[in-house]
Amino acid sequence: MSHATPALEIVGLNKVFGGLRATQDVNLHIVQGDRRLLIGPNGAGKTTLFNQITGDIIPTSGQIKLFGQDVSKLRPDQRAHLGLSRTYQIITLFPKNTILHNVALGLLGLSNERWNLFRPMARASHLHDEAQTILESVGLGAMSNKLVSQIAYGEKRRLEIALALAQKPKVLLLDEPLAGLSTQERLTVKNLIANIPKETTVVLIEHDMDTALDLAESVTLLHYGKVIVDGTREDVISDPRTREVYLGH
Amino acid sequence: MNKVLMLLFVAGLAIIPLVSGDFYINLATQILIAAVFALSLNLLVGYGGLTSLGHVAFLGLSAYICAWTSTKLGVAPLVAIGLSLVITTIMSALFGLIALRATGLGFLMITLAISQVLWGLAYRWASVTNGDNGISGLTRPSLFGLSLDSASSFYWLTLIISIFAFILMAAFAMSAFGSSLQGTRDQARRMRALGYNVWLIRWITFIYSGFWAAVAGLLYVYYNKYIHPSALSVTASAEALLAVIAGGAGTLGGPIVGAALLVFLKNYASSFVERWNMLLGFIFVLIVLLMPDGIVPGVQRLIRRMRGAQS
Ligand SMILES: Nc1ncnc2c1ncn2[C@@H]1O[C@H](COP(=O)(O)OP(=O)(O)OP(=O)(O)O)[C@@H](O)[C@H]1O
Ligand SMILES: [Mg+2]
Repeated sequence: MSHATPALEIVGLNKVFGGLRATQDVNLHIVQGDRRLLIGPNGAGKTTLFNQITGDIIPTSGQIKLFGQDVSKLRPDQRAHLGLSRTYQIITLFPKNTILHNVALGLLGLSNERWNLFRPMARASHLHDEAQTILESVGLGAMSNKLVSQIAYGEKRRLEIALALAQKPKVLLLDEPLAGLSTQERLTVKNLIANIPKETTVVLIEHDMDTALDLAESVTLLHYGKVIVDGTREDVISDPRTREVYLGH
Repeated sequence: MNKVLMLLFVAGLAIIPLVSGDFYINLATQILIAAVFALSLNLLVGYGGLTSLGHVAFLGLSAYICAWTSTKLGVAPLVAIGLSLVITTIMSALFGLIALRATGLGFLMITLAISQVLWGLAYRWASVTNGDNGISGLTRPSLFGLSLDSASSFYWLTLIISIFAFILMAAFAMSAFGSSLQGTRDQARRMRALGYNVWLIRWITFIYSGFWAAVAGLLYVYYNKYIHPSALSVTASAEALLAVIAGGAGTLGGPIVGAALLVFLKNYASSFVERWNMLLGFIFVLIVLLMPDGIVPGVQRLIRRMRGAQS
Protein backbone atom coordinates (compact mmCIF):
# COMPACT_ATOMS: atom_id res chain seq x y z
CA MET A 1 0.00 0.00 0.00
CA SER A 2 1.63 3.24 -1.04
CA HIS A 3 1.38 6.40 0.97
CA ALA A 4 -0.42 7.99 -1.91
CA THR A 5 -3.48 5.83 -1.23
CA PRO A 6 -5.75 7.98 0.91
CA ALA A 7 -6.90 6.45 4.21
CA LEU A 8 -10.40 7.62 3.48
CA GLU A 9 -11.81 8.80 0.20
CA ILE A 10 -15.34 9.92 -0.49
CA VAL A 11 -16.56 10.34 -4.05
CA GLY A 12 -19.75 12.08 -5.12
CA LEU A 13 -21.66 11.25 -1.94
CA ASN A 14 -25.33 12.20 -1.63
CA LYS A 15 -27.92 11.48 1.03
CA VAL A 16 -31.51 12.57 0.79
CA PHE A 17 -33.91 12.29 3.74
CA GLY A 18 -37.35 12.79 2.26
CA GLY A 19 -36.97 16.26 0.78
CA LEU A 20 -33.88 17.15 2.81
CA ARG A 21 -30.52 16.87 1.13
CA ALA A 22 -28.33 16.11 4.13
CA THR A 23 -25.26 15.29 2.06
CA GLN A 24 -24.73 17.01 -1.30
CA ASP A 25 -22.11 15.83 -3.71
CA VAL A 26 -19.42 15.50 -1.07
CA ASN A 27 -15.88 14.63 -2.16
CA LEU A 28 -13.19 14.13 0.44
CA HIS A 29 -9.63 12.95 0.28
CA ILE A 30 -8.02 12.25 3.62
CA VAL A 31 -4.41 11.10 3.61
CA GLN A 32 -2.97 8.54 5.98
CA GLY A 33 -2.03 10.00 9.33
CA ASP A 34 -4.02 13.18 8.75
CA ARG A 35 -5.77 15.01 11.56
CA ARG A 36 -8.88 16.27 9.81
CA LEU A 37 -11.29 18.63 11.51
CA LEU A 38 -14.82 18.57 10.15
CA ILE A 39 -16.64 21.72 11.12
CA GLY A 40 -20.01 23.19 10.31
CA PRO A 41 -23.04 24.67 12.07
CA ASN A 42 -25.81 22.58 13.64
CA GLY A 43 -27.52 20.41 11.08
CA ALA A 44 -24.77 20.81 8.50
CA GLY A 45 -24.73 17.04 7.95
CA LYS A 46 -21.54 16.15 9.82
CA THR A 47 -22.93 13.22 11.78
CA THR A 48 -24.85 12.04 8.74
CA LEU A 49 -21.56 11.91 6.86
CA PHE A 50 -20.00 9.80 9.64
CA ASN A 51 -23.00 7.49 9.61
CA GLN A 52 -22.47 6.87 5.93
CA ILE A 53 -18.76 6.26 6.34
CA THR A 54 -19.42 3.62 9.01
CA GLY A 55 -22.34 2.08 7.13
CA ASP A 56 -25.02 2.93 9.70
CA ILE A 57 -26.95 4.61 6.92
CA ILE A 58 -26.81 3.89 3.22
CA PRO A 59 -25.98 6.80 0.92
CA THR A 60 -28.41 7.72 -1.83
CA SER A 61 -25.47 7.71 -4.22
CA GLY A 62 -21.70 7.89 -4.17
CA GLN A 63 -18.74 5.89 -2.99
CA ILE A 64 -16.72 5.45 0.18
CA LYS A 65 -13.22 4.00 0.01
CA LEU A 66 -10.98 2.87 2.84
CA PHE A 67 -7.34 2.59 1.78
CA GLY A 68 -8.45 2.37 -1.81
CA GLN A 69 -11.03 -0.35 -1.20
CA ASP A 70 -14.64 0.47 -2.00
CA VAL A 71 -16.55 -0.30 1.21
CA SER A 72 -19.87 1.23 0.15
CA LYS A 73 -21.59 -2.15 0.07
CA LEU A 74 -20.11 -3.51 3.31
CA ARG A 75 -21.92 -3.80 6.62
CA PRO A 76 -20.73 -1.67 9.56
CA ASP A 77 -19.12 -4.65 11.29
CA GLN A 78 -17.18 -5.52 8.15
CA ARG A 79 -15.89 -1.96 7.93
CA ALA A 80 -14.81 -2.18 11.57
CA HIS A 81 -12.72 -5.21 10.68
CA LEU A 82 -10.99 -3.14 8.02
CA GLY A 83 -9.78 -0.74 10.70
CA LEU A 84 -12.59 1.79 10.97
CA SER A 85 -13.75 2.90 14.39
CA ARG A 86 -15.90 5.70 15.73
CA THR A 87 -17.33 7.47 18.75
CA TYR A 88 -20.78 8.97 19.06
CA GLN A 89 -22.02 12.49 19.62
CA ILE A 90 -24.75 11.05 21.83
CA ILE A 91 -23.06 8.73 24.31
CA THR A 92 -23.57 5.14 23.19
CA LEU A 93 -22.21 2.81 25.86
CA PHE A 94 -23.36 -0.32 27.68
CA PRO A 95 -24.91 1.23 30.80
CA LYS A 96 -25.57 -1.98 32.74
CA ASN A 97 -21.96 -3.13 32.52
CA THR A 98 -18.75 -2.09 34.19
CA ILE A 99 -16.35 0.25 32.47
CA LEU A 100 -13.93 -2.64 32.13
CA HIS A 101 -16.52 -4.85 30.45
CA ASN A 102 -17.31 -2.03 28.01
CA VAL A 103 -13.73 -1.89 26.82
CA ALA A 104 -13.46 -5.70 26.85
CA LEU A 105 -16.41 -5.78 24.46
CA GLY A 106 -14.51 -3.39 22.23
CA LEU A 107 -11.56 -5.77 22.21
CA LEU A 108 -13.69 -8.86 21.76
CA GLY A 109 -15.36 -7.43 18.66
CA LEU A 110 -12.28 -7.89 16.53
CA SER A 111 -11.21 -11.19 18.11
CA ASN A 112 -12.40 -14.59 16.94
CA GLU A 113 -13.11 -15.44 20.54
CA ARG A 114 -16.39 -13.63 20.19
CA TRP A 115 -17.75 -16.79 18.55
CA ASN A 116 -16.86 -18.97 21.52
CA LEU A 117 -20.19 -20.25 22.78
CA PHE A 118 -19.02 -21.96 25.94
CA ARG A 119 -15.82 -20.45 27.33
CA PRO A 120 -16.75 -18.11 30.18
CA MET A 121 -16.20 -14.43 29.43
CA ALA A 122 -15.11 -13.96 33.04
CA ARG A 123 -12.12 -16.17 32.36
CA ALA A 124 -10.91 -14.18 29.35
CA SER A 125 -8.28 -12.53 31.53
CA HIS A 126 -6.13 -11.32 28.64
CA LEU A 127 -9.07 -9.23 27.39
CA HIS A 128 -9.59 -7.77 30.82
CA ASP A 129 -5.89 -7.07 31.33
CA GLU A 130 -5.67 -5.30 28.01
CA ALA A 131 -8.87 -3.38 28.75
CA GLN A 132 -7.38 -2.26 32.06
CA THR A 133 -4.27 -0.97 30.30
CA ILE A 134 -6.37 1.00 27.85
CA LEU A 135 -8.46 2.46 30.67
CA GLU A 136 -5.32 3.54 32.44
CA SER A 137 -4.15 5.31 29.29
CA VAL A 138 -7.32 7.44 29.33
CA GLY A 139 -7.16 8.02 33.07
CA LEU A 140 -10.03 5.74 34.04
CA GLY A 141 -7.91 2.90 35.41
CA ALA A 142 -8.91 3.45 39.03
CA MET A 143 -12.64 3.12 38.39
CA SER A 144 -12.72 0.17 36.00
CA ASN A 145 -15.11 -1.82 38.16
CA LYS A 146 -17.74 0.91 38.34
CA LEU A 147 -20.88 0.63 36.28
CA VAL A 148 -21.25 3.07 33.42
CA SER A 149 -24.45 4.30 35.02
CA GLN A 150 -22.41 5.36 38.07
CA ILE A 151 -19.80 7.54 36.38
CA ALA A 152 -19.82 11.21 35.48
CA TYR A 153 -20.52 12.60 32.04
CA GLY A 154 -16.94 13.63 31.38
CA GLU A 155 -15.78 10.14 32.24
CA LYS A 156 -18.30 8.66 29.84
CA ARG A 157 -16.87 10.87 27.08
CA ARG A 158 -13.44 9.46 27.76
CA LEU A 159 -14.82 5.92 27.84
CA GLU A 160 -16.37 6.54 24.41
CA ILE A 161 -12.88 7.24 23.13
CA ALA A 162 -11.32 4.33 25.01
CA LEU A 163 -13.82 1.95 23.43
CA ALA A 164 -12.85 3.14 19.97
CA LEU A 165 -9.12 3.15 20.75
CA ALA A 166 -9.35 -0.43 22.02
CA GLN A 167 -9.80 -1.44 18.42
CA LYS A 168 -6.47 0.08 17.39
CA PRO A 169 -8.20 1.69 14.45
CA LYS A 170 -6.49 2.78 11.28
CA VAL A 171 -9.17 5.40 10.76
CA LEU A 172 -10.84 6.91 13.81
CA LEU A 173 -13.97 9.06 13.57
CA LEU A 174 -14.64 11.23 16.62
CA ASP A 175 -18.06 12.87 16.72
CA GLU A 176 -17.88 15.94 18.99
CA PRO A 177 -15.67 14.33 21.65
CA LEU A 178 -15.49 17.63 23.53
CA ALA A 179 -19.22 18.30 23.65
CA GLY A 180 -20.51 19.28 27.07
CA LEU A 181 -17.14 19.12 28.82
CA SER A 182 -15.76 21.66 31.28
CA THR A 183 -12.63 23.62 30.35
CA GLN A 184 -10.55 21.33 32.52
CA GLU A 185 -12.00 18.15 31.00
CA ARG A 186 -11.56 19.55 27.54
CA LEU A 187 -7.85 19.86 28.11
CA THR A 188 -7.66 16.25 29.27
CA VAL A 189 -9.54 14.93 26.25
CA LYS A 190 -7.61 17.13 23.82
CA ASN A 191 -4.39 15.73 25.24
CA LEU A 192 -5.77 12.28 24.77
CA ILE A 193 -6.56 12.97 21.14
CA ALA A 194 -3.21 14.66 20.54
CA ASN A 195 -1.50 11.51 21.82
CA ILE A 196 -3.24 9.14 19.44
CA PRO A 197 -0.49 7.39 17.46
CA LYS A 198 0.33 8.99 14.14
CA GLU A 199 -0.48 5.77 12.22
CA THR A 200 -4.10 6.38 13.06
CA THR A 201 -5.90 8.75 10.74
CA VAL A 202 -8.27 10.90 12.77
CA VAL A 203 -11.39 12.71 11.59
CA LEU A 204 -12.85 14.94 14.24
CA ILE A 205 -16.21 16.70 14.21
CA GLU A 206 -16.74 19.96 16.05
CA HIS A 207 -19.38 22.53 15.43
CA ASP A 208 -17.46 25.42 16.96
CA MET A 209 -14.76 26.91 14.84
CA ASP A 210 -12.13 27.39 17.54
CA THR A 211 -12.57 24.54 19.99
CA ALA A 212 -10.46 21.94 18.30
CA LEU A 213 -8.56 23.95 15.73
CA ASP A 214 -5.20 23.34 17.38
CA LEU A 215 -5.66 19.58 16.99
CA ALA A 216 -6.17 19.80 13.24
CA GLU A 217 -3.80 19.64 10.33
CA SER A 218 -6.49 20.01 7.72
CA VAL A 219 -10.03 21.29 7.91
CA THR A 220 -13.25 20.68 6.01
CA LEU A 221 -16.12 23.09 6.40
CA LEU A 222 -19.56 21.64 5.78
CA HIS A 223 -22.69 23.70 5.35
CA TYR A 224 -26.17 22.48 4.32
CA GLY A 225 -24.64 19.15 3.42
CA LYS A 226 -22.06 20.66 1.07
CA VAL A 227 -18.33 21.02 1.38
CA ILE A 228 -17.77 24.78 1.41
CA VAL A 229 -14.03 24.95 2.04
CA ASP A 230 -11.49 22.17 2.21
CA GLY A 231 -7.76 22.43 2.80
CA THR A 232 -4.96 23.05 5.28
CA ARG A 233 -5.88 24.66 8.55
CA GLU A 234 -4.41 28.02 7.54
CA ASP A 235 -6.18 28.04 4.20
CA VAL A 236 -9.56 27.35 5.69
CA ILE A 237 -9.20 29.91 8.48
CA SER A 238 -8.28 32.66 6.11
CA ASP A 239 -10.90 31.78 3.51
CA PRO A 240 -13.64 34.42 3.37
CA ARG A 241 -16.35 31.76 2.94
CA THR A 242 -15.45 30.40 6.39
CA ARG A 243 -16.09 33.79 7.96
CA GLU A 244 -19.33 34.02 6.06
CA VAL A 245 -20.68 30.72 7.39
CA TYR A 246 -19.65 31.51 10.94
CA LEU A 247 -20.27 35.24 11.16
CA GLY A 248 -22.46 35.94 8.15
CA HIS A 249 -25.85 35.31 9.68
CA MET B 1 -20.69 -20.86 48.61
CA ASN B 2 -22.90 -20.56 45.57
CA LYS B 3 -21.75 -23.96 44.31
CA VAL B 4 -22.52 -25.62 47.65
CA LEU B 5 -26.01 -24.16 47.59
CA MET B 6 -26.51 -25.40 44.03
CA LEU B 7 -25.38 -28.91 44.95
CA LEU B 8 -27.70 -28.93 47.96
CA PHE B 9 -30.53 -27.77 45.74
CA VAL B 10 -29.87 -30.53 43.20
CA ALA B 11 -29.58 -33.11 45.96
CA GLY B 12 -32.90 -31.90 47.31
CA LEU B 13 -34.45 -32.32 43.87
CA ALA B 14 -32.94 -35.78 43.49
CA ILE B 15 -34.55 -37.15 46.66
CA ILE B 16 -38.07 -35.88 45.93
CA PRO B 17 -39.23 -39.33 44.71
CA LEU B 18 -37.98 -40.89 47.94
CA VAL B 19 -40.01 -38.66 50.18
CA SER B 20 -43.23 -37.97 48.32
CA GLY B 21 -46.01 -39.59 46.36
CA ASP B 22 -46.71 -39.67 42.64
CA PHE B 23 -48.71 -36.44 42.64
CA TYR B 24 -45.78 -34.35 43.78
CA ILE B 25 -43.28 -36.31 41.71
CA ASN B 26 -45.32 -35.57 38.61
CA LEU B 27 -45.70 -31.94 39.62
CA ALA B 28 -41.93 -31.71 39.96
CA THR B 29 -41.46 -33.34 36.54
CA GLN B 30 -43.78 -30.80 34.96
CA ILE B 31 -41.90 -27.98 36.64
CA LEU B 32 -38.58 -29.23 35.29
CA ILE B 33 -39.93 -29.49 31.76
CA ALA B 34 -41.46 -26.02 31.98
CA ALA B 35 -38.15 -24.75 33.38
CA VAL B 36 -36.10 -26.10 30.45
CA PHE B 37 -38.57 -24.49 28.09
CA ALA B 38 -38.55 -21.17 29.96
CA LEU B 39 -34.74 -21.20 30.07
CA SER B 40 -34.62 -21.62 26.31
CA LEU B 41 -37.06 -18.76 25.81
CA ASN B 42 -35.04 -16.64 28.22
CA LEU B 43 -32.01 -16.82 25.92
CA LEU B 44 -34.02 -14.86 23.39
CA VAL B 45 -36.08 -12.66 25.67
CA GLY B 46 -33.69 -12.04 28.54
CA TYR B 47 -30.25 -12.17 26.98
CA GLY B 48 -31.10 -11.21 23.43
CA GLY B 49 -33.88 -8.69 24.07
CA LEU B 50 -35.96 -10.52 21.47
CA THR B 51 -39.45 -11.04 22.84
CA SER B 52 -40.98 -14.07 21.18
CA LEU B 53 -44.65 -14.83 21.48
CA GLY B 54 -44.38 -18.03 19.50
CA HIS B 55 -41.76 -20.08 21.23
CA VAL B 56 -44.10 -23.07 21.67
CA ALA B 57 -43.73 -23.61 17.93
CA PHE B 58 -40.51 -25.49 18.65
CA LEU B 59 -41.79 -27.41 21.65
CA GLY B 60 -44.87 -28.42 19.67
CA LEU B 61 -43.00 -29.26 16.48
CA SER B 62 -40.59 -31.51 18.30
CA ALA B 63 -43.37 -33.20 20.27
CA TYR B 64 -45.48 -33.78 17.17
CA ILE B 65 -42.58 -35.15 15.13
CA CYS B 66 -41.70 -37.57 17.90
CA ALA B 67 -45.30 -38.71 18.45
CA TRP B 68 -46.05 -39.03 14.74
CA THR B 69 -42.90 -40.91 13.73
CA SER B 70 -43.21 -43.21 16.73
CA THR B 71 -46.88 -44.08 16.55
CA LYS B 72 -47.63 -43.81 12.81
CA LEU B 73 -44.30 -44.71 11.21
CA GLY B 74 -43.25 -47.02 14.00
CA VAL B 75 -39.64 -45.85 14.06
CA ALA B 76 -37.43 -46.66 17.02
CA PRO B 77 -37.47 -44.15 19.90
CA LEU B 78 -33.88 -43.08 19.31
CA VAL B 79 -34.65 -42.34 15.67
CA ALA B 80 -37.80 -40.45 16.61
CA ILE B 81 -35.85 -38.40 19.13
CA GLY B 82 -33.06 -37.70 16.65
CA LEU B 83 -35.51 -36.68 13.94
CA SER B 84 -37.38 -34.37 16.33
CA LEU B 85 -34.23 -32.59 17.41
CA VAL B 86 -32.71 -32.28 13.93
CA ILE B 87 -35.86 -31.20 12.11
CA THR B 88 -36.92 -28.77 14.83
CA THR B 89 -33.46 -27.22 14.90
CA ILE B 90 -33.50 -26.83 11.12
CA MET B 91 -36.96 -25.32 11.31
CA SER B 92 -35.81 -22.85 13.95
CA ALA B 93 -33.00 -21.82 11.59
CA LEU B 94 -35.58 -21.22 8.83
CA PHE B 95 -38.07 -19.44 11.09
CA GLY B 96 -35.20 -17.39 12.46
CA LEU B 97 -34.45 -16.15 8.95
CA ILE B 98 -38.00 -14.82 8.75
CA ALA B 99 -38.48 -13.58 12.30
CA LEU B 100 -35.13 -11.79 12.54
CA ARG B 101 -35.98 -9.54 9.65
CA ALA B 102 -37.38 -7.46 12.49
CA THR B 103 -36.76 -6.75 16.14
CA GLY B 104 -39.07 -5.49 18.88
CA LEU B 105 -42.75 -5.54 18.05
CA GLY B 106 -42.14 -6.83 14.53
CA PHE B 107 -40.23 -9.81 15.85
CA LEU B 108 -42.98 -10.51 18.36
CA MET B 109 -45.65 -10.43 15.66
CA ILE B 110 -43.74 -12.71 13.27
CA THR B 111 -43.01 -15.31 15.94
CA LEU B 112 -46.67 -15.17 16.95
CA ALA B 113 -47.76 -15.61 13.34
CA ILE B 114 -45.45 -18.58 12.76
CA SER B 115 -46.68 -20.40 15.84
CA GLN B 116 -50.28 -19.66 14.89
CA VAL B 117 -49.70 -21.25 11.49
CA LEU B 118 -48.34 -24.38 13.17
CA TRP B 119 -51.23 -24.36 15.63
CA GLY B 120 -53.66 -24.20 12.69
CA LEU B 121 -51.81 -27.01 10.93
CA ALA B 122 -51.99 -29.18 14.04
CA TYR B 123 -55.77 -28.79 13.99
CA ARG B 124 -56.31 -29.03 10.24
CA TRP B 125 -53.75 -31.52 8.99
CA ALA B 126 -55.71 -34.35 10.56
CA SER B 127 -54.17 -37.14 8.47
CA VAL B 128 -50.92 -36.55 10.30
CA THR B 129 -51.88 -34.90 13.56
CA ASN B 130 -55.30 -36.47 14.24
CA GLY B 131 -56.61 -32.91 14.51
CA ASP B 132 -58.47 -32.15 17.68
CA ASN B 133 -58.06 -35.73 18.91
CA GLY B 134 -54.34 -35.30 19.23
CA ILE B 135 -51.84 -38.13 18.92
CA SER B 136 -51.99 -40.68 21.70
CA GLY B 137 -50.50 -44.11 22.18
CA LEU B 138 -46.92 -43.00 22.58
CA THR B 139 -45.03 -45.22 25.00
CA ARG B 140 -41.94 -44.28 26.95
CA PRO B 141 -38.88 -46.19 25.79
CA SER B 142 -36.77 -47.99 28.33
CA LEU B 143 -33.30 -46.76 29.07
CA PHE B 144 -30.53 -49.37 29.34
CA GLY B 145 -33.20 -51.91 30.22
CA LEU B 146 -34.71 -49.66 32.87
CA SER B 147 -38.39 -48.90 32.42
CA LEU B 148 -39.32 -45.22 32.47
CA ASP B 149 -42.98 -45.92 33.14
CA SER B 150 -43.00 -45.06 36.80
CA ALA B 151 -43.35 -41.45 37.88
CA SER B 152 -40.05 -41.57 39.76
CA SER B 153 -37.89 -43.08 37.01
CA PHE B 154 -39.17 -40.56 34.47
CA TYR B 155 -38.63 -37.78 36.98
CA TRP B 156 -35.00 -38.76 37.48
CA LEU B 157 -34.38 -38.90 33.76
CA THR B 158 -36.00 -35.48 33.37
CA LEU B 159 -33.89 -34.14 36.21
CA ILE B 160 -30.64 -35.32 34.62
CA ILE B 161 -31.57 -33.83 31.24
CA SER B 162 -32.69 -30.59 32.89
CA ILE B 163 -29.37 -30.26 34.69
CA PHE B 164 -27.52 -30.75 31.43
CA ALA B 165 -29.77 -28.25 29.73
CA PHE B 166 -29.25 -25.74 32.51
CA ILE B 167 -25.47 -26.09 32.44
CA LEU B 168 -25.25 -25.74 28.68
CA MET B 169 -27.61 -22.76 28.56
CA ALA B 170 -25.88 -21.08 31.51
CA ALA B 171 -22.50 -21.59 29.84
CA PHE B 172 -23.89 -20.06 26.65
CA ALA B 173 -25.20 -17.01 28.51
CA MET B 174 -21.90 -16.48 30.36
CA SER B 175 -19.61 -17.11 27.40
CA ALA B 176 -17.90 -14.51 25.25
CA PHE B 177 -20.71 -15.10 22.78
CA GLY B 178 -23.26 -14.52 25.55
CA SER B 179 -21.58 -11.21 26.36
CA SER B 180 -21.84 -10.25 22.72
CA LEU B 181 -25.49 -11.25 22.71
CA GLN B 182 -26.20 -9.03 25.71
CA GLY B 183 -24.32 -6.25 23.97
CA THR B 184 -26.61 -6.53 20.96
CA ARG B 185 -29.57 -6.32 23.32
CA ASP B 186 -28.32 -3.16 25.06
CA GLN B 187 -26.62 -1.26 22.24
CA ALA B 188 -26.94 -2.96 18.87
CA ARG B 189 -25.61 0.00 16.95
CA ARG B 190 -22.41 0.23 18.90
CA MET B 191 -21.93 -3.53 18.64
CA ARG B 192 -21.98 -3.24 14.86
CA ALA B 193 -19.43 -0.45 14.98
CA LEU B 194 -17.27 -2.63 17.23
CA GLY B 195 -17.17 -5.36 14.60
CA TYR B 196 -19.99 -7.68 15.66
CA ASN B 197 -22.35 -9.21 13.14
CA VAL B 198 -25.47 -8.49 15.16
CA TRP B 199 -27.80 -10.38 12.88
CA LEU B 200 -25.71 -13.55 12.95
CA ILE B 201 -25.41 -13.42 16.74
CA ARG B 202 -29.18 -13.25 17.00
CA TRP B 203 -29.70 -16.00 14.49
CA ILE B 204 -27.35 -18.41 16.25
CA THR B 205 -29.15 -17.65 19.51
CA PHE B 206 -32.50 -18.26 17.88
CA ILE B 207 -31.35 -21.68 16.67
CA TYR B 208 -29.77 -22.65 19.98
CA SER B 209 -32.89 -21.58 21.80
CA GLY B 210 -35.02 -23.58 19.34
CA PHE B 211 -32.92 -26.67 19.97
CA TRP B 212 -33.51 -26.53 23.72
CA ALA B 213 -37.20 -25.90 23.21
CA ALA B 214 -37.16 -29.10 21.13
CA VAL B 215 -35.57 -30.94 24.04
CA ALA B 216 -38.34 -29.62 26.29
CA GLY B 217 -40.85 -30.79 23.66
CA LEU B 218 -39.51 -34.35 23.82
CA LEU B 219 -39.72 -34.42 27.59
CA TYR B 220 -43.20 -32.96 27.33
CA VAL B 221 -44.51 -35.53 24.86
CA TYR B 222 -42.97 -38.52 26.66
CA TYR B 223 -44.25 -37.25 29.98
CA ASN B 224 -47.80 -36.86 28.71
CA LYS B 225 -47.60 -39.73 26.20
CA TYR B 226 -49.93 -37.53 24.20
CA ILE B 227 -49.88 -34.34 22.18
CA HIS B 228 -52.76 -32.02 21.36
CA PRO B 229 -52.85 -28.81 19.26
CA SER B 230 -53.41 -26.77 22.42
CA ALA B 231 -49.69 -27.30 23.16
CA LEU B 232 -49.13 -24.87 20.27
CA SER B 233 -51.59 -22.21 21.40
CA VAL B 234 -50.77 -18.56 22.01
CA THR B 235 -51.78 -19.09 25.61
CA ALA B 236 -48.99 -21.61 26.05
CA SER B 237 -46.44 -19.19 24.59
CA ALA B 238 -47.76 -16.34 26.68
CA GLU B 239 -47.61 -18.40 29.86
CA ALA B 240 -43.97 -19.26 29.24
CA LEU B 241 -43.21 -15.62 28.52
CA LEU B 242 -44.94 -14.63 31.77
CA ALA B 243 -42.91 -17.22 33.66
CA VAL B 244 -39.67 -15.80 32.27
CA ILE B 245 -40.62 -12.19 32.97
CA ALA B 246 -42.09 -12.87 36.43
CA GLY B 247 -39.10 -14.95 37.46
CA GLY B 248 -36.61 -12.47 36.06
CA ALA B 249 -35.65 -12.23 32.40
CA GLY B 250 -31.93 -12.29 31.72
CA THR B 251 -31.12 -14.18 34.92
CA LEU B 252 -30.30 -17.87 35.17
CA GLY B 253 -32.57 -18.58 38.12
CA GLY B 254 -35.52 -16.47 37.03
CA PRO B 255 -37.05 -18.77 34.43
CA ILE B 256 -36.82 -21.71 36.83
CA VAL B 257 -38.60 -19.82 39.59
CA GLY B 258 -41.17 -18.51 37.12
CA ALA B 259 -41.79 -21.97 35.66
CA ALA B 260 -42.17 -23.49 39.13
CA LEU B 261 -44.66 -20.82 40.07
CA LEU B 262 -46.60 -21.24 36.84
CA VAL B 263 -46.90 -25.04 37.03
CA PHE B 264 -47.65 -24.97 40.73
CA LEU B 265 -50.40 -22.40 40.35
CA LYS B 266 -51.88 -24.17 37.35
CA ASN B 267 -52.07 -27.51 39.13
CA TYR B 268 -53.05 -26.20 42.48
CA ALA B 269 -55.36 -23.36 41.67
CA SER B 270 -57.19 -25.25 38.94
CA SER B 271 -58.32 -27.81 41.49
CA PHE B 272 -60.33 -25.32 43.51
CA VAL B 273 -60.80 -22.17 41.44
CA GLU B 274 -62.74 -22.52 38.24
CA ARG B 275 -61.38 -19.34 36.72
CA TRP B 276 -57.82 -20.18 37.61
CA ASN B 277 -56.54 -18.31 34.59
CA MET B 278 -57.77 -15.11 36.19
CA LEU B 279 -56.03 -15.97 39.42
CA LEU B 280 -52.84 -16.68 37.51
CA GLY B 281 -53.09 -13.34 35.73
CA PHE B 282 -53.76 -11.55 38.98
CA ILE B 283 -50.73 -13.07 40.68
CA PHE B 284 -48.46 -12.26 37.79
CA VAL B 285 -49.68 -8.66 37.68
CA LEU B 286 -48.94 -8.41 41.39
CA ILE B 287 -45.41 -9.74 40.90
CA VAL B 288 -44.67 -7.37 38.06
CA LEU B 289 -46.00 -4.45 40.09
CA LEU B 290 -43.99 -5.33 43.20
CA MET B 291 -40.84 -6.51 41.46
CA PRO B 292 -40.75 -4.98 37.99
CA ASP B 293 -37.65 -6.89 36.92
CA GLY B 294 -38.85 -10.20 38.31
CA ILE B 295 -38.74 -12.31 41.44
CA VAL B 296 -35.07 -13.32 41.37
CA PRO B 297 -33.61 -9.82 40.94
CA GLY B 298 -36.28 -8.47 43.31
CA VAL B 299 -35.41 -10.91 46.08
CA GLN B 300 -31.69 -10.37 45.54
CA ARG B 301 -32.23 -6.65 46.01
CA LEU B 302 -34.28 -7.24 49.17
CA ILE B 303 -31.52 -9.41 50.63
CA ARG B 304 -28.90 -6.81 49.79
CA ARG B 305 -30.99 -4.12 51.41
CA MET B 306 -31.50 -6.18 54.56
CA ARG B 307 -27.77 -6.88 54.77
CA GLY B 308 -27.12 -3.18 54.28
CA ALA B 309 -29.53 -2.32 57.07
CA GLN B 310 -27.78 -4.73 59.45
CA SER B 311 -24.28 -3.38 59.03
N1 LIG C 1 -32.39 9.71 10.06
C1 LIG C 1 -32.74 10.94 9.66
N2 LIG C 1 -33.92 11.15 9.05
C2 LIG C 1 -34.27 12.39 8.63
N3 LIG C 1 -33.50 13.47 8.76
C3 LIG C 1 -32.29 13.33 9.34
C4 LIG C 1 -31.85 12.06 9.82
N4 LIG C 1 -30.62 12.22 10.37
C5 LIG C 1 -30.31 13.52 10.23
N5 LIG C 1 -31.30 14.20 9.61
C6 LIG C 1 -31.29 15.61 9.26
O1 LIG C 1 -30.15 15.82 8.47
C7 LIG C 1 -29.55 17.09 8.79
C8 LIG C 1 -28.12 16.88 9.17
O2 LIG C 1 -28.08 16.27 10.45
P1 LIG C 1 -26.73 15.88 11.19
O3 LIG C 1 -27.08 15.20 12.44
O4 LIG C 1 -25.86 15.16 10.25
O5 LIG C 1 -26.12 17.30 11.49
P2 LIG C 1 -24.79 17.68 12.27
O6 LIG C 1 -23.96 18.46 11.34
O7 LIG C 1 -24.20 16.48 12.89
O8 LIG C 1 -25.35 18.66 13.38
P3 LIG C 1 -24.98 18.83 14.91
O9 LIG C 1 -23.85 19.80 14.99
O10 LIG C 1 -26.21 19.41 15.49
O11 LIG C 1 -24.66 17.49 15.45
C9 LIG C 1 -30.40 17.69 9.88
O12 LIG C 1 -31.29 18.60 9.29
C10 LIG C 1 -31.12 16.51 10.47
O13 LIG C 1 -32.37 16.90 10.98
MG1 LIG D 1 -23.86 15.81 14.75
